[in-house]
Amino acid sequence: MDLLQLLIIGVLGFAIVVAGTIFLARRRMLPPSEPRRQLPEEPAPSEPAGEPAADQPAASAPATPTLERPEAPTTRMARLRRRLAGSNNPLARGLLSILSSDRLDAEVWDDFEATLITSDLGVGPTQELVDALRSELAIEGVGDAGRARDVLRRELLQLVNPDFDRTLAVDGADGKPGVVLVVGVNGTGKTTTIGKLARVLVAEGKSVVLGAADTFRAAAADQLQTWGDRVGVPTVRGPEGGDPAAVAYQAVQRGLDEGADVVVVDTAGRLHTKTGLMDELGKIKRVIEKLAPVTEVLLLIDATTGQNGLIQARVFAEVVQITGIVLSKLDGSAKGGIVVQVQRELGVPVKLIGLGEGVDDLVPFDAAEFVDALLTD
Amino acid sequence: MFDTLQDRLSEVFKNLRGKSRLSEADIDATAREIRLALLEADVNLGVVKEFIANLKARALGADIHKALNPSQQIVKIVNEELIEILGGEARTLRFAKRPPTVIMLAGLQGSGKTTLAGKLGLWLKGQGHSPLLVAADLQRPNAVNQLQVVGERAGVHVYAPEPGNGVGDPVQVARTSILHAMSKLYDVVIVDTAGRLGIDSELMQQAADIRGAVNPNEVLFVVDAMIGQDAVNTAQAFADGVGFDGVVLTKLDGDARGGAALSIAKVIGKPIMFASNGEGLKDFDAFHPDRMASRILGMGDVLTLIEQAEKTFDAEQTAKAAEKLLGGRGEFGLDDFLQQMQAVRRMGPLSKILGMMPGMGGMKDQINNIDEREIDRLEAIIKSMTPAERANPKILDGSRRSRIAKGSGTTVTDVNSLVNRFFEARKMMQQLGGQMGGGMPGMPGLPGPRRQPARPAKAKGRGKGVSGNPAKRAAGPAAAPAAQQQEWNPADAFGVGAGKQSDADLAKALGDFQLPPDLQKMFDQKNQGPR
Repeated sequence: MDLLQLLIIGVLGFAIVVAGTIFLARRRMLPPSEPRRQLPEEPAPSEPAGEPAADQPAASAPATPTLERPEAPTTRMARLRRRLAGSNNPLARGLLSILSSDRLDAEVWDDFEATLITSDLGVGPTQELVDALRSELAIEGVGDAGRARDVLRRELLQLVNPDFDRTLAVDGADGKPGVVLVVGVNGTGKTTTIGKLARVLVAEGKSVVLGAADTFRAAAADQLQTWGDRVGVPTVRGPEGGDPAAVAYQAVQRGLDEGADVVVVDTAGRLHTKTGLMDELGKIKRVIEKLAPVTEVLLLIDATTGQNGLIQARVFAEVVQITGIVLSKLDGSAKGGIVVQVQRELGVPVKLIGLGEGVDDLVPFDAAEFVDALLTD
Repeated sequence: MFDTLQDRLSEVFKNLRGKSRLSEADIDATAREIRLALLEADVNLGVVKEFIANLKARALGADIHKALNPSQQIVKIVNEELIEILGGEARTLRFAKRPPTVIMLAGLQGSGKTTLAGKLGLWLKGQGHSPLLVAADLQRPNAVNQLQVVGERAGVHVYAPEPGNGVGDPVQVARTSILHAMSKLYDVVIVDTAGRLGIDSELMQQAADIRGAVNPNEVLFVVDAMIGQDAVNTAQAFADGVGFDGVVLTKLDGDARGGAALSIAKVIGKPIMFASNGEGLKDFDAFHPDRMASRILGMGDVLTLIEQAEKTFDAEQTAKAAEKLLGGRGEFGLDDFLQQMQAVRRMGPLSKILGMMPGMGGMKDQINNIDEREIDRLEAIIKSMTPAERANPKILDGSRRSRIAKGSGTTVTDVNSLVNRFFEARKMMQQLGGQMGGGMPGMPGLPGPRRQPARPAKAKGRGKGVSGNPAKRAAGPAAAPAAQQQEWNPADAFGVGAGKQSDADLAKALGDFQLPPDLQKMFDQKNQGPR
């Protein structure tokens, strides 16, 4: 029972340190700041990605109530390849040019490792990949670049694990709608992704209800509604600052009443370190499950996120049992390598990736396709 | 979880005792650990390499300081280097000689520009300026609305002639906003622009055009503390595309280590001017290089922890509780303990908070094993007691204990162990209070931060020395960190007047705070003991 002792001592010790500092602070004529409420009213510093891009003028006409016809999902795949293989892909060029050099000495491997690390892959997986590749190539002998490339492809593929089931669980059981809960830290692009997801679902011929359970950030509900209106999907919203769980409940209720196929619930961005907010998220999920089981919990991770992404995913997984990851903003120069680690540690697959600001730039993740795209010159 | 750099380095230096100089091999081993630590903190690889090279050169020549063990010494060097890079040319906002001063915000999507505009507005307003927010983000759906709401909350006017959502020309909005500000006599204009990717040349051109239109005094690059290796590319793209004068780091209230700050400061060479660390409009502060350095190194960021604590703890209550606890008359009851525990828990998971406390490094495994439900159970036990029992747990007899066990759904053994441990802990704290109580008027037994366990005798002597100094005595408890600092670095001692403590001193004192030796010893025993 050391733990108990440790706890008590820790808390007491901490209290004393705090008391001491507060006391010191007073002495130094600096009044301590007033206690802060757990859930401040101010908006989350959230600013989801993705505006209707300037090169898609059709999308940027929200004033006109005419419904847009979303692009069919199949044609999106081609764009994934194009985007990833574009000029902004030093990873692919780096990896291949390194492997096609005449001699593989320590320096080459250092460069190779560096290239992987700069894609936020993390030190652990990088070293693993390098070691695996080294031994493979040592056994097989480095004949030509083509051979090295095959080995690289195999290892990379193994790293992203193609065996995961990456389909979105949007179908509910026994007449109930499928419920998709979207969570993530501030500014990863939750609202925008939901807007795009709604378009995909509509394009697949499903009826959709959106729940604007982000009652916290200024104008978040408006933002979601704008997306919903564009494809003729109703948005359930509550008063600003209201209980997000209540809004989520109403949204699912409406989905049940109207016999919708899918209800997608947006939540406010929250840093995983805020206990109160994480509890609130747990509540949202519990409340929804009074009506219908949540079929899919998607965690948004920004491709620019570094090693902190893993910690985020861990905490969110603990609170709401995430079932899939959406990697957003992959169209920038960031590679989003962190998801490899997340996928491995939590066993949660990447299901969707956001490839840009255009309204239809949300594509399903396909491991083989992804790796091929990475290795295309 | 990652161990702190210090833990890792201690591992490397296990066999190093008795050497007076670090050898090249030692330094290579160290460099590897530092490299890993920095990479895990998302510092850019190129920056890490350069940093390590500098470090090697500096560490190789350095004598081993008598008072510091090698790992401490290396950490000290690393820390100093980091602070130097981060602190580069710290400066505040430049205001225009002829108002309005124009501040333009630029950054990736989702980095927090719109919210920052509100925070900056509120901050400037607090300084007696009359700021105007300009909604030049006409792309993201309802970004204009968001800025309006933010402006309203901050009590700052917003200039939003265009509805947004893809309608309107941001360059035009920015241009007219200056005229508007001049005619309405606003003296600071904050232009919120749309988020854009570094590689999107079209939007970068637009940002450059906005810049050309308003000729800002400051262009601030807003970047998320969570950003990874891409930070440098992005910052470089913005530096080339728009050009910026300062950096604002946002979302520092998360637990990202924020290595990006280092990368950007090093590669671009622009100062980091502000840090935004919360969702409230007031959670906005000047940037502290020293805190950022220890954060990047993963050394429990005590100061931030304490600052958070100040916000969540009730100062009066805590001070009273500490006084009771250290007073030694058995007044500290379970109710006080419960209060303190709840206050600590409000700040986050207990395991995380305790893990951040310096000196707890050795107990990392145990801390990580803390089950929050276990703590709920503790609370339940205490809450099943009557107020009288909480205030004086001594009256708990067999029948009371069995009632409490029933009430809280636990067993009598659980209740027993809680009560016994509580008594033990209380006694220990009181002894501690007794030892350190001397020479600190005003607050009996304020725990003066102690030095290494290795030399308790000297620490004691020092303590007396402090109380013998009238100037120090007059300064009261504030002298404690100063006294401690004298030990830490005698050269500094005279520069630090007992009366005027700067933030940095306090930070240092707290950073050096170690668990009192008795406690550490106790934990060691516990770790080895069969219990």
